[in-house]
Amino acid sequence: MSNYSLSSLIWKRFRKNKLAMAGGIIVSILVVVAVFAPVFSPYDPGDIDRTHILVPPDIHHPFGTDDLGRDVLSRMIWGSRISLAVGFVAVGIATVIGLFFGALAGYYGGWSERIIMRFIDIMLTIPTFFLILAVIAFIEPSIWNIMIVIGLTSWMGVARLVRAEFLSLKEREYVLAARALGASDFRIIFRHIMINSMAPVLVSAVLGIAGAVLVESALSFLGIGVQPPTPSWGNILTLGKDNIEIAWWLSVFPGLAILITVLGYNLLGEGVRDSIDPRLWDTVRK
Amino acid sequence: MKKILVVVLLMFFAVACKGKSSSLEQRVSGGADNEIAYGDAVVEGTIGEPTILIPMLASDSASHNVSGLIFNGLVKYDTDLSVIGDLAESWDISKDGLVITFHLRKGVKWADGVEFSADDVMFGYKTIIDEKTPSAYKEDFLQVKKAEVLDKYTFRVTYEKPFAPALTTWGSLIILPKHLLEGKDITKTEFARNPIGLGPYKLSKWVPDQELILESYKDYFEGRPYIDRYIYKRIPDPATMFLMLRTGEIDTMGLTPLQFTKQTETDYFRKNFNKYRYPAFQYTHMAFNLKHPFFKDKRVRQAIAHAIDKSELVDVVLFGLGSPATGPYVPNTWPYNPDVKKYEYNLEKARQLLKEAGWEYANGDGLLHKDGRPFKFTILTNTGNKLRENTATIIQWRLAKIGIKVEIRKLEWSTFVNQFIDKKRFEAVILGWSISLDPDQYDIWHSSKTREKELNFISFSNPEVDELLEKGRRTFDIEGRKKAYFRIQEILAEEVPYIFLYVPDATPIVSARIKGIKPSPIGISYNLPKWYVPKKLQRNTLEP
Amino acid sequence: MLKYLVKRLFEMIPTLLGITIISFFIIHLAPGKPTDVFSELNPKITPEARERLEKYYGLDKPVIVQYGLWLKRVVQFDFGESFSTDRRPVMQKIWDKKQPVTERKLFITFMLNLFEMVIIFLVAIPIGIFSATHRDSLYDRIATVSVFIGFAIPSFWLALLLMMLFGVYLDWLPVSGLKSMNYDSLSLGPKLLDRLRHLILPVFVASFGGLAGLSRYMRSSMLEVIRQDYVTVARAKGLPEKIVIYRHAFRNALLPLITLLGLSVPGLIGGSVIFENIFGIPGMGQLFYNGVMGRDYPLIMGILTIGAILTLIGNLLADIGYMLADPRIRAK
Repeated sequence: MSNYSLSSLIWKRFRKNKLAMAGGIIVSILVVVAVFAPVFSPYDPGDIDRTHILVPPDIHHPFGTDDLGRDVLSRMIWGSRISLAVGFVAVGIATVIGLFFGALAGYYGGWSERIIMRFIDIMLTIPTFFLILAVIAFIEPSIWNIMIVIGLTSWMGVARLVRAEFLSLKEREYVLAARALGASDFRIIFRHIMINSMAPVLVSAVLGIAGAVLVESALSFLGIGVQPPTPSWGNILTLGKDNIEIAWWLSVFPGLAILITVLGYNLLGEGVRDSIDPRLWDTVRK
Repeated sequence: MKKILVVVLLMFFAVACKGKSSSLEQRVSGGADNEIAYGDAVVEGTIGEPTILIPMLASDSASHNVSGLIFNGLVKYDTDLSVIGDLAESWDISKDGLVITFHLRKGVKWADGVEFSADDVMFGYKTIIDEKTPSAYKEDFLQVKKAEVLDKYTFRVTYEKPFAPALTTWGSLIILPKHLLEGKDITKTEFARNPIGLGPYKLSKWVPDQELILESYKDYFEGRPYIDRYIYKRIPDPATMFLMLRTGEIDTMGLTPLQFTKQTETDYFRKNFNKYRYPAFQYTHMAFNLKHPFFKDKRVRQAIAHAIDKSELVDVVLFGLGSPATGPYVPNTWPYNPDVKKYEYNLEKARQLLKEAGWEYANGDGLLHKDGRPFKFTILTNTGNKLRENTATIIQWRLAKIGIKVEIRKLEWSTFVNQFIDKKRFEAVILGWSISLDPDQYDIWHSSKTREKELNFISFSNPEVDELLEKGRRTFDIEGRKKAYFRIQEILAEEVPYIFLYVPDATPIVSARIKGIKPSPIGISYNLPKWYVPKKLQRNTLEP
Repeated sequence: MLKYLVKRLFEMIPTLLGITIISFFIIHLAPGKPTDVFSELNPKITPEARERLEKYYGLDKPVIVQYGLWLKRVVQFDFGESFSTDRRPVMQKIWDKKQPVTERKLFITFMLNLFEMVIIFLVAIPIGIFSATHRDSLYDRIATVSVFIGFAIPSFWLALLLMMLFGVYLDWLPVSGLKSMNYDSLSLGPKLLDRLRHLILPVFVASFGGLAGLSRYMRSSMLEVIRQDYVTVARAKGLPEKIVIYRHAFRNALLPLITLLGLSVPGLIGGSVIFENIFGIPGMGQLFYNGVMGRDYPLIMGILTIGAILTLIGNLLADIGYMLADPRIRAK
């Protein structure tokens, strides 16, 4: 065991987990595709072609074309940017809020904890999807608003998790020692406890991205998410529904893309969880 | 049974719907036994649900379609576009055209058994001109100086000035049962959802958001309709509706261009359905806010017209089911002027015109600039209309090629109209007008009609057009009117306040078991009470 | 037990209050006075209607009083008048007393969700148990992979694919609505069959995601229980494996599931927006969607509140279920 540093131990464990590796690879590919979208996409995603309307997949258009003759593959490649951005930004927002409330509740306890936990219960009682739709009805649907709204309605899990971590960590010796040495609450929260509770937060963030991607695609599918002509997977699926009888490729490919992406994040998240769970480490030592 | 809808409506059809006009295409399938019979039910799929069944208060097509079967007017259009009597047996027009005397049919009964009389016409007229009645169709009736009930079956109106569309305004908007509505607040009455009419059908059941069932009115004055029930089934999206058409759950719907050209070209559809196609009485356009600094300059508007390929719009958006528009009238009608200035797709000309107007490429962002401002504007349109969305997307793409950046914003209909159109808070919009058979478009183009909630929302102002509009509505002679409207179209083509984009075709489809449909220039639904299903083919028969 | 129930009921009150506060907050999210937004956005609002709205919200009064007034109405299920052109009261749209019960929006959505829960429960449990008792078998691996896919599959996409397969290509099942055109003319048997055929796809799709989750939890819960001492003891006594599993392990493994089921209610209700929209089901979800598209604020707030109340009821039922299943609580 002494041969291993903590991080290499986690990495080793992670690498052994085939599903987790698959998830990692999927997510990496997604990131690369999204970042280099202009390089990968064979056509301009906005190029309309009156002579190629709803063409089934062929050599020139591997995923076919849509009702304006635009290349579906190119639109999906550009759509991956939306998917990536929504996932990360929404979860970023949710994580920050969750960390804040979770730390507050877990560290200080008392009435602030009671209020926060009650608030979380209430938020969990309102059907999230209803809440998101209701808020969007009052504001303009745009990619930024979608990210913010998803973030604002999905922090509760993180908050609970962080609170639980804080409850157990704040009684640890090193925290007690820091406090005895006169460290400020601020310093204890950030330098000592939060750093050590990051691992489970990270796992829940990765899993949260999967959820955010699903919600965004559902909103776009319903026409209240990312607005066309900006390409997003959910938008293309709406076209798939409109043309369900004649253009299967509009339904099949973007749906698969969402499925694979979400699967990737889920596998990655589960993999990370297993790798950092000390209870499972003994299997590595063998 | 298409009644006259005289006033110009802001259009809000999600798909081309049944309208008036000339027929081009019909597939006849061989029915074995074509004997006329009573019975069966016709089910129509609709996207929108009626909101109010009082014709003068309704402003959406779904409400008008349904209330059109429940109410009749004094006059209606015949299939050759001439005006014929409906509840009026005949009428006399004074020599100067200012006085119209209607002689009503005798013995017509409201569905509750009370006889229809001139008092009902008077009541409807008084209701529509009442300032408390929120009707979009008031304007035409405010032209009337005096209305009188001469006797039970005679009604006379006198106009202040000659008003060419006068006769046609007395369509189905106006007749209401006085004995049921007198003294009641028409905006609040239960009648709006439970009307008593005198048309071929009466309301039998309405489950909101699901279905609306009309039942034939056995004592209808033109004879009991053959089809016993006419059912509107609300299906919120065209793809699902089409699936239900194929499984036989609905009998008729308006096809989307794609459904018309591709999905129904199969043996199954040829055998079981008849398709119809005729130009709808509507056109889609892009309107500029003429108060906006970018669009004040005529050359800019002309340049944009040159940068848009109308034939591409027809090909892509309508799959060829329509024609490019050149002005506010529909081809093959008498006011239509085919020889106006046309703007062919020509990027060179567009760039040249923009350069003359002072727009130059600058600072390498690929956009045109003038006085340090980049050429960016937003096109607004309403949600739920796929054709307009696609139109906006194509225009956005085309204008990017000449250095103009376009944003598209879709807004829910009432927000769109109240917040943006009425308050003139827009740069450009894509909209459609549903147009009447009478060419009077005073409300849309006259410079006096630019106040809030009026229809000249782009602030178009041209003294010659004002004069011609006045002349057109004050002249009875058709050649004289034609001259005025031809000239108006020339001016509009030169000035480009709108870019007239296309005239779509209406493309309804009807189950082949339904016989008696006679396509005409005013569409197919005008003779709906005479549609029938031969006994052998009847399907939806059930207990009374 | 009764005492516990009463206690739970009392605990729901602050939650309920909280929900109304959030709803109230959302109304005030829009800039300006609510009535400004309302009347600006809607052409049909006449001056009197505007006045009624101002009265409804008591806008001349301090915020806290406004909230109080609003709450008083909400408690009576009065959410005001819909903004759509028919201007019917919101509550009438959700629960139209003029229609037969089976046609009312809330009833339709409620029954669908109930169906889904029952199916999730009935299917997920055997799958989970089997996976646990046949751990690492081929079956277990297939189940595990399916679960991952079940978590990841966008439900609306699954709906599209199944519609395409069963509705378009095979033409076996209806794709929209809750009943056929000729429904009213059918006798009881075919009526039921007709309903059933319409329900298969939506209920299946809506249950799918929950199925994956629940069966997974059932599996791990079962694995946990099997390791417990009393199961080992039971086995040691020589009891047949079946009895060990079903009599001893099963009931205890079930407990955490009941809570989970209660927690899944908001997800199911939220999902009805999607499914009712895709399958053309005239329930509360579709009504809500139309409300959002038409910015029908009173309707949106009404359904939001009712959705939350339904969730609370779901949680309460889960609590009761938990009590019935857990001998420790029952004893108290």
